[in-house]
Amino acid sequence: MTTDPAVACVGVGRAYGERTVLRDVSFELPAGQTLAVFGANGAGKTTLLRMLATLLRPHAGDVRVLGSELPQQGWAVRGRLGFLGHEPLLYSALSARENLRFHARLHGVGRERVDGLLAAVGMELRADEPIRLLSRGMVQRVAVCRAVLHEPELLLLDEPYANLDPAAVALVRPLLTGGTRVLISHDVEGGLAEADLVLGLRGSEAVLLGHDAAQVRKLYA
Amino acid sequence: MFFYAPLEIDQGFVQKIFYVHVPLAIVALVGFVVGGIYAIRFLRSGDRAHDLRSYVAIHMSLIFGVGALLTGSIWARASWGHWWLWDEPTLVSFLIVFLLYACYQPLRFSIEDPERQSRYAAVFAVVGGAFVPLNFMAVRAAQSNIHPRTLSASDNLPGPIALTFLLCIVAMGLLFITLCKYELAAKNTRMQLRSLKRRLSGEAPLQRGRSAAPQEL
Amino acid sequence: MRSAVIALVRKDLLAELRSFEAVPAMLMFTISAFALFHFGLDRSSLEGSLASGVLWVTLLLAAVLGMNRLFVTEREQGGFDAFLLAPVDRTAMFVAKVIVLFGFLVVVEVVAVAAFAVLLLEPGLGRAMPGLPLVLLLADAGLAVIGTLVGALAVQTRARDLIVPLLALPLSIPLLIAGANATAPLLARSGAAALEGRWLAILGLYDVVFALLAYAVFDYLLED
Repeated sequence: MTTDPAVACVGVGRAYGERTVLRDVSFELPAGQTLAVFGANGAGKTTLLRMLATLLRPHAGDVRVLGSELPQQGWAVRGRLGFLGHEPLLYSALSARENLRFHARLHGVGRERVDGLLAAVGMELRADEPIRLLSRGMVQRVAVCRAVLHEPELLLLDEPYANLDPAAVALVRPLLTGGTRVLISHDVEGGLAEADLVLGLRGSEAVLLGHDAAQVRKLYA
Repeated sequence: MFFYAPLEIDQGFVQKIFYVHVPLAIVALVGFVVGGIYAIRFLRSGDRAHDLRSYVAIHMSLIFGVGALLTGSIWARASWGHWWLWDEPTLVSFLIVFLLYACYQPLRFSIEDPERQSRYAAVFAVVGGAFVPLNFMAVRAAQSNIHPRTLSASDNLPGPIALTFLLCIVAMGLLFITLCKYELAAKNTRMQLRSLKRRLSGEAPLQRGRSAAPQEL
Repeated sequence: MRSAVIALVRKDLLAELRSFEAVPAMLMFTISAFALFHFGLDRSSLEGSLASGVLWVTLLLAAVLGMNRLFVTEREQGGFDAFLLAPVDRTAMFVAKVIVLFGFLVVVEVVAVAAFAVLLLEPGLGRAMPGLPLVLLLADAGLAVIGTLVGALAVQTRARDLIVPLLALPLSIPLLIAGANATAPLLARSGAAALEGRWLAILGLYDVVFALLAYAVFDYLLED
């Protein structure tokens, strides 16, 4: 029995107006493994991640995520993805608990999971304050809860440990490990340690690299 | 291509503006609706050619619309001594439609992402196209019980005038189509020129994929 | 999809209760506008078509204020993304926003009409019932649809505050015409006349056509 890769991209491209952001990106990520994506700012990492999250359409090439072609079959996949981007995607007037309950309703998840997750990241005491009163690190913790609320098969993470102090990182890490992951990170050592596959983006070109820190650093040169 | 009525009318030269004004207005309104139709085709197919046609149709209709409003004003002034008539439902509803579509270009140019720009403009064009008949009906209903229709209905136009009138509408329509084709050709040429220039400067174009790609190739 | 709509509506109502952005602004505007009309027209009491006109124009402009704010939180706090990631039908957002805007309009109108009756209206409201609320509700439905459509369109552009009124006002003019004409006889000094069915028909037709159109087209505004 052949297992399809969790994520497969062939010749994927995306342009913004007349500027090509991604060109000919190809890789296969088997289920259960982690892909680390490195590249300087503006190299197209976020664009790639958003494409895998069904938020952007590819302008060229084929994208298959969890067995579904994007963008036509995006609807089949959305509930099985967990996305953590730059924005926390939380409403600032509502509390953490209310935000998570809202997302739980959208995904058909029960309320107990919300409370459980809030406790797991150490936010149960401040779960009922409006988000706008929380520090950036706390907001990030709640955002992690949001991303994993519906127990997704594939995690798409854009610098998940940004804004987090070491104690918070320790709380959050167990929630974000396991399963298939695509991880964008600026932490070369940390990212490489967690990765099974490494993708480097430079200009709009994408190259599969080995676990070589020196090669990764060259992307930022 | 475009010719004036060969027959003289009692009211003299002024009446001739009627032959320009009404066809301008009718063609402009039809143009808006056509723009909406092309917009629907664009949304369903993603083919940017439809988006371009939609844009050109609306753009041209706006220009014709300005012409219609100006000539209508001149005619009103000459015939009734007023620059504008609130009583006339066609004039008023046309003004409303014009005000709406005047926002089409500002809307387009306030969106930077070209894909989104085309999509949003198409949504606007579809809504506007549906709005044109609805608006006319609503304004007509509002006026008809208070003021008699001052614009002579086409049934009281004598034979030769009606014929000239029809000819003028056809001529105006042809003018519209010709100007649209001209503008389309000009835009297409410019786009091709731009993509050639980019190729010369070494930028390899992105292969056109399945969805609406930017203006490469 | 129904649960998604309910979740969205609850979220918006909760956010509005917390931050008080849209409804108070609309109310403030309405009351101020009545005061302005009083001074501008130099009249203490209005009736008939003048009263009808003042009321409707004020409500329309207040509605535009509401439309402006309808999608702001989605845009600025990533609500669109969060919604797009959920396994729900995307038109749920359209339905939810129409319901929310409709709700805001009804709340504002209850207060505004009462204020209008007290401040500017010469004949009592008694004879205007139940015609007036009926006309208002029908018009609100249309305004809610237009507002949702225009709001979603404008929130992604650069000049959102300009575009919303520029687009929404012409589109709302047929509603204004029908609404004002329908309520003018209801607010007449010399005994309220009957409500003309013709205007209700126009309002209803406009609502239905626009609702169907907007429902069909809304998806395109959300995708990328």
